[in-house]
Amino acid sequence: MRIAVLLKQIPDLVEDLELAPDGTDVDREFLAFTLNEFDDQALEEALCLKDAGDAEVVAVALEEPDVDQCLYTALAKGADRAVKLTGAGEGWIDGHRRSAILAAWLATAEFDLILTGVQAADDLDGQLPPLLAARLGLPHASVVVRVELKGQVALVRQELGGGTVADEELRLPAVIGIQAARQAPRYASISRIRQAQQAGGLEEVGAPATDAGPGYHLVRLLAPEAAGHAQMLGGSAGEVAERIVELIRAKGL
Amino acid sequence: MSNDVLVLAEHRDGAVSDVTFELLGKAREIAASWGGRTVALLLGQRELAGELGAADTVQCAEHAALETYNPEAYEAVVLQALEQLEPRLVLTSTTTVGLDLGAALSVRWDAPLVSYVTGLSAGDGTALATAQIYGGKLLAEVELSGPRALCAVLAGSFPHAAGRGETAPTVETLDATGLLDDLRTVVTSVISPEGGDVDITAADLLVSVGRGIGSQANLEVVEELAEALGAPLAASRPLIDQGWLPKARQVGKSGLSVKPKVYLMFGISGAPEHLEGMRDAELVIACNTDAKAPIFDVADYGTTVDLFDLVPELVSRVAG
Ligand SMILES: Cc1cc2nc3c(=O)[nH]c(=O)nc-3n(C[C@H](O)[C@H](O)[C@H](O)COP(=O)(O)OP(=O)(O)OC[C@H]3O[C@@H](n4cnc5c(N)ncnc54)[C@H](O)[C@@H]3O)c2cc1C
Repeated sequence: MRIAVLLKQIPDLVEDLELAPDGTDVDREFLAFTLNEFDDQALEEALCLKDAGDAEVVAVALEEPDVDQCLYTALAKGADRAVKLTGAGEGWIDGHRRSAILAAWLATAEFDLILTGVQAADDLDGQLPPLLAARLGLPHASVVVRVELKGQVALVRQELGGGTVADEELRLPAVIGIQAARQAPRYASISRIRQAQQAGGLEEVGAPATDAGPGYHLVRLLAPEAAGHAQMLGGSAGEVAERIVELIRAKGL
Repeated sequence: MSNDVLVLAEHRDGAVSDVTFELLGKAREIAASWGGRTVALLLGQRELAGELGAADTVQCAEHAALETYNPEAYEAVVLQALEQLEPRLVLTSTTTVGLDLGAALSVRWDAPLVSYVTGLSAGDGTALATAQIYGGKLLAEVELSGPRALCAVLAGSFPHAAGRGETAPTVETLDATGLLDDLRTVVTSVISPEGGDVDITAADLLVSVGRGIGSQANLEVVEELAEALGAPLAASRPLIDQGWLPKARQVGKSGLSVKPKVYLMFGISGAPEHLEGMRDAELVIACNTDAKAPIFDVADYGTTVDLFDLVPELVSRVAG
């Protein structure tokens, strides 16, 4: 059983997002990047599948800021291989192009199961799992919170919203968009990550050429101008607390 | 190509989802300005077609594999419908169904897709979409000028009244024969949520906590406040996924929808999926150290005081 886990670095949303001069991307120069949190969940679910049986886990990412650290962390956590697809270009790689690059590579490597995060914060043109599945002609399910393997079938639990879930069986190979792993993502200590780095073993492969863009015209990005904004309560913690208690009491509670 | 706008209708537990009416209202507006028709696509549950009167026609497909949502079966039937009907614009939502199908159809029907759309208008031969990106920290303006396009709309973006039609629509049948014979995806069961220890949907006052709390041990701080206020403790999804609180405490798209008189939030950023579950709260008070957190665009009152400074002050006032 070979499982690919697709990982993506995205701007850390804790930071302020400044716009680049042309207004169609964030200014990437000083941004901190971090692993898409749902990809981290996908990696965890893949490692749980490996722990539960006989599976090889391959972490795959495009060359993006801090991606080496991300892939070595995956190795330190227990991934068997890490592959970096290089030369896809700098800046924002939209979902259509990203999926085309990944699909071209995945089609040459034989995988039974492809896991990745259900979405990422910069998915303007759609989410990776269904984009990829459509390109590869594979069955897929998103918003999945559990995966089990039974021979060449994946048993998945898909959230339908409002707490309702569906249990489904997908004939492999298949693409699954993970919302949450069965347990919180494991931790890799700095020393383990360093060991992985020293051992090396990051496989670098040239990204297959493709020009699939999203097919629309992105006019600009802008900061939202809210219809309303909260009235901000200033002052010390004590003063703010006082006001909040008044607000609650004014509601008769 | 036509100038029609097609809405993928969604239903759960035998009822049409609210978001479908939002989409129908918007579809009518756009179809009217392009001189096209509004078409609803309803898979399974044909008996619900009468509720979709805001559409000019409802296209229904029925098959055992369409009774509950099956990603592969739905995709095959929707794709065939798009190829036959050739709408100019297709509206889905960002529910699980929309997330599964939208992007896949974008590739298979060869049409651009904009996801997390919150605003949509018809231009001269084009559609202009505004979409949330980076968890609502930025918006993207996108122009769709080609002959076909898909938009996945964030629930709550449009009023649903305009999508509730009174007249009965024309109902037509889509033939799904042969499409669903060899599916690689089988739905084995659909499970409804179980009740939790407390019912957060019934409370007048809710204390809700997010990832800003930092660790499970820190939860004690807000638990003490909730107890002092006699309010149940609710949470954003990451805390549930960590296993820190039970699923019945989750507010949002994949959790519960709440409408308390007061929703008091600590360390929650205001991601669209969380907002979906608390939009109907009467008074929202948010504590978040990031002055630019999207939650301040929806909260009535806000503070950037650190929750670890604020909560003890609140406890001492309420308990005292
Ligand atoms: C299909 C799908 C369904 C989803 N369903 C749901 C759902 O039902 N419910 C849900 O909540 N999410 C849901 N999500 C997840 C959602 O996208 C967000 O990831 C989540 O809501 C973020 O939770 P948060 O605001 O607690 O965390 P974060 O976004 O990490 O925000 C934490 C906030 O805490 C603030 N903070 C940090 N320290 C402090 C401090 N000391 N004092 C005060 N503030 C502080 C930070 O400034 C930050 O804004 C779903 C996602 C997907 C893809």
